Order: sequence, then structure tokens, then C-alpha cells
Amino acid sequence: MAIKKLLIANRGEIAVRIIRAARELGIVTVQVYSKADKDSLATRLADESIEIGPPQASKSYLNQAVILEAAKSAGADAIHPGYGFLAENAEFAGAVEASGLIFVGPTAQSIRLMGDKVAAREAAASAGVPTVPGSRGRLESIDEAFALVDKTGFPVMIKAAAGGGGRGIRIARSAEEFRHLMPQAQAEALAAFGDGGLYVEKLVEGARHIEVQVLGDGHDVIHCFERECSLQRRRQKVWEEAPSPSLAPAVREKLCASAVALAQAVNYRGAGTLEYLYDDRTHDFYFLEMNTRIQVEHPVTEMITGIDLVGEMIRIAGGERLRIRQHEVRVSGHSIEVRINAEDPSKNFSPNPGTVSALGVPGGDGVRFDSMLYQGYTVPPFYDSLLAKLIVHDEDRASAIRKLERALAELNVEGLATTKSLHQALTRDADVQAGRFHTAWLEPWLESHAATLAAPLPTAKVAP
Amino acid sequence: MATQQIFSPLPGIFYRKPAPDKPVYKNDGDVVADSDTIGLVEVMKSFNEVKAGAAGKILRFLAENEEPVMAGQPIAEIDV
Repeated sequence: MAIKKLLIANRGEIAVRIIRAARELGIVTVQVYSKADKDSLATRLADESIEIGPPQASKSYLNQAVILEAAKSAGADAIHPGYGFLAENAEFAGAVEASGLIFVGPTAQSIRLMGDKVAAREAAASAGVPTVPGSRGRLESIDEAFALVDKTGFPVMIKAAAGGGGRGIRIARSAEEFRHLMPQAQAEALAAFGDGGLYVEKLVEGARHIEVQVLGDGHDVIHCFERECSLQRRRQKVWEEAPSPSLAPAVREKLCASAVALAQAVNYRGAGTLEYLYDDRTHDFYFLEMNTRIQVEHPVTEMITGIDLVGEMIRIAGGERLRIRQHEVRVSGHSIEVRINAEDPSKNFSPNPGTVSALGVPGGDGVRFDSMLYQGYTVPPFYDSLLAKLIVHDEDRASAIRKLERALAELNVEGLATTKSLHQALTRDADVQAGRFHTAWLEPWLESHAATLAAPLPTAKVAP
Repeated sequence: MATQQIFSPLPGIFYRKPAPDKPVYKNDGDVVADSDTIGLVEVMKSFNEVKAGAAGKILRFLAENEEPVMAGQPIAEIDV
């Protein structure tokens, strides 16, 4: 059954992105919004909008009952969860389907399986996908943990089975530290997540973050190649690109095939991303986790493959089979996305909500600006700091970096500080230009370049 | 004795507790030092402590736990 009316259970730039994709498919859009988002771009763009509660996400964008009620009253036949909020909430996906609506995403069962990191590792191992050496499942005893680290060696990460987003992770560099940290980690996991389950993984130092985009229709799965997202601050990606500058062609083939094998093994439906650590010295890759939703950085994949991932996931949710075959997915050129956040790089990235007093948007061939901004818009303080994504596409990586530098100079956001100056400095860095980085590269770089970030480059003279 | 107000330094969500399952930082009537934390303001998912800013006795909180606040909004009254 094709979708006729889609409710968007999200906000910000991704809500705008979903409205655009739906409209191109001839689908009517319904935007839900909190009191703080009454004037948001998504609310203004959508065909219809419904207020669902106060600014606090817990009382609006996370309120399942109110969102389902809004879908019913608007006569929507499907709900797109975007990313974050309820996107990876199996209970919500189940409730949407139980009320006779379509959840634009995988089944509740897939979300639950991949959301449990131990179960996801086990699924990966049985599909023949390499995982970081460590416990196969949850550790039942301290003795078992010691037997394991005898094999993996140090350093190791101790992770809470129920944790996420970097929370509940400890690093032990010796047996002594390990003995000290294990009980502490167990108590903390129990207190923080109500689940004291732990697992242990070898820490691969100097590794890169590479992820594979997949699309499935519940029967077949294809991959749309990889993205590299190694430039991270506090485990948040700030710069993403496709293809990865560090993968050898033979490794790329193996990596992408492994992602398809795992997604196929769970009959995956919709857009998904399998995240890996990649050691470019040994060419080993290790599966980390699967994100069962559209990701922030999906546009770089769209730029190099020409596939509208959000459009495809809506078609699949409406019951279509995959329209694209694997051999038709080809890589053309190079794409980079940088996240324009409301954070001040000269003040240790302190958050900076405020009113956009002037806005100059970069343009030209191969430049895309996915944003929630307009002139006069007041960015509310209640949600994450992502304002916009600047995406460029060019024939190769060096040209893409030059185009990014040019586009950044045209970007003018007045009234609040943004991360633009960080990206300008990164485009000029020799290591970034050479693709020499890993997931722990950016943070020390930020410390040594504090002075550069405090004195941003001028904005090109363009009309606001 | 004079009454002063403690203002939120930032816009965001005001919390009276360090975590949902923890007790409130301060109660009405508590004596505070100027460096004491009386609450948190969450701005774009980052948490910022609100200090009393003066020694005295908290008369009452003007903002509720988990209430959206503006920068400069009074969140408590203190007798100094």
C-alpha cells in the first residue's frame, strides 16, 4: 500500500529533509511540533502541523501516545521517525504498526535485535562479520572476564551492555586496572541503566570510523558503499565523507559485502548503517553496531551514488521492492559533509542558541545546504545543536576540499556563533588534506589549534 | 536582611536535581554559600550549573524542576 499522508515525528533539518522527499513522491506531510518549534522551518514547510506538547522532548517528541493520537487525528497512514528521539525505539515501532499505521523503518524486531549490542555482535559473528576481539556475549563472572583478557591483551574497553553514545565505557590498560575497574563499571551500569550487564572489547587504538550504508526491502539488501566519519569530538561526528580516503578497493569490497551479509541475515527493511572500526595499518575491520535508521550524514552517500535514500526508505515502507540492483550502485566523485552546529569553537564549543539576524547560504554546482535556518529564526535551546549540514560534491577529494573551503567562505550566519570556523581551519590542515586521521585525532588537534579557532577567517562578501 | 534573586544564566530547561533519581540540590529555607550549586540548566544537551552567587538563605524557588527558562529569568529568591 503506497503512503498518502506521512507524519514526521522529528524536528530540525531532518524533518525538512523528509518533507522534501515526501513531497517529491506526491505524499502529503504532517509535521508535529513542540511549543518551542511553532516557528520552525519544518512546521512552516509541511502541509499540516499539529502541536504535541511543551518544549521538553520527554513531553513532546518522545511522547508516543500523543504522536500516535496526532497521526490518527490527521488521517496519516505512516510515521517517519527521522533520527534520534523515537527512531530506534522498538516499542514505538511496534505501537505504530499495532495501530494500523506504517513505521518508516525496520521492524520492531530488527530494532530490538540491533539495539542490544551483545545480540548484535552475536548476529554479526554468525553472519561471518568480524567483530572486535572480546566477549561473545555478556560476561557472567569476573573469572570469565579474566580468562578473556588473557587472550585479547590490553588495552581493553569495558562497556555496559545497555549503554550507548559512548556512555558507560571504561578503558583498562593493565590487569591491575582491569581488576579495579570491572566491579566499578558493573555497579555504575546497574545504577545508570538498571542493567549491570558488561562486555569487554579490545581497544583498537588509532582506528578509523567507517560505516556502510545499506537499503533493504525485507527480502533483498544492497549496499551504497561506505562513509568515513573519523573526525569526531566527544564521540560526535563533525566531518563525514564518502568514499573513505583510506580504504583499498579490495578491502572496500569485503567490507561492503560483510554489511550486506549481516543485513540480509536479519531480513533488514529500510535504510540502515553498519558501523565499523578500521585499522588502516593491518587493513582489518571490525563491526561495531548497526543503526537502524537514516543517519545525519546520509547526504554524502546520496551525492556520490545519486540515490535519494530518504525517498527510497519511504517507497520501501509503502510496500515497494528495491528499485535499484547492486550493480547499478556506482560511485562518482567525492563528497564531504560538515556539521554547522550552534556551538562556539572559540569558547570550547559552548552551546549558542539565539536569533539568526542575517543568513547567507552558499551555492553553486555541487553544493548542498540541508538546514533548519531562515533569517529571523530563533534557535531554541531545548534540542541538539545541529543547525545545518553543508555538503559538497566534486570529482575527487582534493577538489571537494577546495569546494568546501569556497562554500564555507560564502556561509554567513549572523546572530549566533557556529562551528563554521572549525571547518575552515580543518580544510586548511595538511593532515586533513592528506586523509591522515583517526577517531582520536581531532581532540588533541583542537587543543593545539585553540588560537586559530579563536580568530576566525573573514566571511566572503556575499549578499545576506 | 535583603532579598535578592538568582537568575538563570542561560536559556534552557531548569533542573533542581543532579539526576532524576537524586534529591534536589537545595530546598526552600536552606542556607547556601555563594559557590553552592542550586540547579542545572540544560542548553542543547549540555548541562550548566547554576550557582547561588551570594551567601544567604533560600526563601523559595521560582522555577519548577524541568521547567523551560529564559536567560535572565529569576529562578530563586535568596535572603542575604
